[in-house]
Amino acid sequence: MTDLTRLTLTEARDGLKAKTFSATEITKAHIASVEKARALNAYVLETPEHALKQAAVSDAKLAKGEGGPLEGLPLGIKDLFATQGVRTTACSKILGNFVPAYESTVSSQLWRDGAVMLGKLNNDEFAMGSSNETSAFGPVVNPWRRKGSNVGAGATGAIEGAHLVPGGSSGGSASAVAADLCLAATATDTGGSIRQPAAFTGTVGIKPTYGRCSRWGIVAFASSLDQAGPIGKTVRDCAVMLRSMAGHDPKDTTSVDMAVPDYEKAAGRSVKGMKIGIPREYRLEGLNSEIDALWQKGIDWLKAAGAEIVEISLPHTKYALPAYYIVAPAEASSNLARYDGVRYGLREQGRDIVEMYEKTRSAGFGAEVKRRIMIGTYVLSAGYYDAYYLRAQKVRTLIKRDFDQAYAAGIDAVLTPATPSAAFGIGEKGSADPVEMYLNDIFTVTVNMAGLPGIAVPAGLDSQGLPLGLQLIGRPFDEETLFSLGQVIEDAAGRFPVSERWWS
Amino acid sequence: MSVDLATVKRVAHLARIAVPEADLPKLQGELNAILGFVEQLNEVDVAGVEPMTSVTPMAMKLRADIVNDGEIADTIVANAPASEDNYFMVPKVIE
Repeated sequence: MTDLTRLTLTEARDGLKAKTFSATEITKAHIASVEKARALNAYVLETPEHALKQAAVSDAKLAKGEGGPLEGLPLGIKDLFATQGVRTTACSKILGNFVPAYESTVSSQLWRDGAVMLGKLNNDEFAMGSSNETSAFGPVVNPWRRKGSNVGAGATGAIEGAHLVPGGSSGGSASAVAADLCLAATATDTGGSIRQPAAFTGTVGIKPTYGRCSRWGIVAFASSLDQAGPIGKTVRDCAVMLRSMAGHDPKDTTSVDMAVPDYEKAAGRSVKGMKIGIPREYRLEGLNSEIDALWQKGIDWLKAAGAEIVEISLPHTKYALPAYYIVAPAEASSNLARYDGVRYGLREQGRDIVEMYEKTRSAGFGAEVKRRIMIGTYVLSAGYYDAYYLRAQKVRTLIKRDFDQAYAAGIDAVLTPATPSAAFGIGEKGSADPVEMYLNDIFTVTVNMAGLPGIAVPAGLDSQGLPLGLQLIGRPFDEETLFSLGQVIEDAAGRFPVSERWWS
Repeated sequence: MSVDLATVKRVAHLARIAVPEADLPKLQGELNAILGFVEQLNEVDVAGVEPMTSVTPMAMKLRADIVNDGEIADTIVANAPASEDNYFMVPKVIE
């Protein structure tokens, strides 16, 4: 029989409907591949028994010709989504052994539609990071290796050599999808945490418009920027996933009461006559020439598909990242105030309640999270609020206005590179200066600041043999156009599956 | 703007994070690197610009003023590091 883990989500769905194999068979195949890939550290919790129970229910439904759009399809869930009765930690020591009594809205919709949960996926602690190196469970290994790299599985099965990071914060999700450890995964994106890891692993990731997916039950980082979305093997797979994940939820006041289109129909739709903006401010000085060449290829592919290419200007682009590093930490410092050692998670003893708080938070949070809480606390503190936070929110208005003006002028979507480089090595960035790591999100962060949808699609390999991605940015709530354009890129560039399972 | 050691200490206390004295200089350097990076926002002319309050213009939704949850005290304290009779236990706060 063919290796069921190599299938795409939509291929697997069609195979289950045609009864070529069962939900139990494809779930078992994935459980086996997850077990063999523990050295990648993509999963922080495996739930094989739970998965097999769900698969059995799916098989009963499928046998009767019933079942939802994701019936019997095994998925991985980022450990930021609360899963009822299943440990959820945000990959932080401070949540310890937190077992939610409730299910996040997004994941509950996946189960409603018949999906199977294989386990919880690694991420940067509280989603703060661009390399998955800040996780309390340790870093995730990218299944991609540089050409001629000595990275491999040693005699004990542990990874040997300086491996590459999968990006972050959804590094576990990206690595698991790329290594065929699930058919697709949930992820979240506050500054690029879906699109950057997707680009680093040759997978597809979409951050929908702010408000498209409910944030209820997702561990909060920066509430005005956080959005859930899928990482999948293909554009079409992401379209199917997003349709289930999206939708209005009365429990999240920022979730939008709008019908969710059948996104899969948009993948493959003609893009003839669409106007694609190429923002000149993204042509950074010193931009990697391979990235620049790939961007040009993307332009050529869309042109060949009948789209019209227009140079545009988004003048406040360069201020998006600095403004983000005020807004996001400010919101994080407020959101993370809830981790006080009283209601859940870790507690360290102290002489009085303040010392208990301080010791608990000192022991429970990692270095990057502490830094961001402190920056956030500082920029919100008396006397600095206007100079930092208020100014950043004004700049944010200007960033959004840039996009509004481009869209008002008839632009349907914007094409940019997804990341300034391919995946880098573990420990290579940010150890001396945290800003070096932050620069990874230079192309993705504007999208969060403006609340827009953005998709990253793999488009080629660099000279090291590593995948590179292109990003498409859409109008608010027009994810459909992104799926149509993304499909054009995927058709032209081909897919980029990891060929050798060197880790197992 | 950059922060001095006393400010780092004050902010750590405001954030309720214990920072060992020896770690303060390193943290000060990191915070100043970030503050140095965001300094470029001062170049932007923001006169007359409204600060963003919501990326998607939308009216705040209202819900009916009714009890829709409750009677689940056991569930609420289930994850608490210390609880007794459905109360969260904390170190003594009143002398």
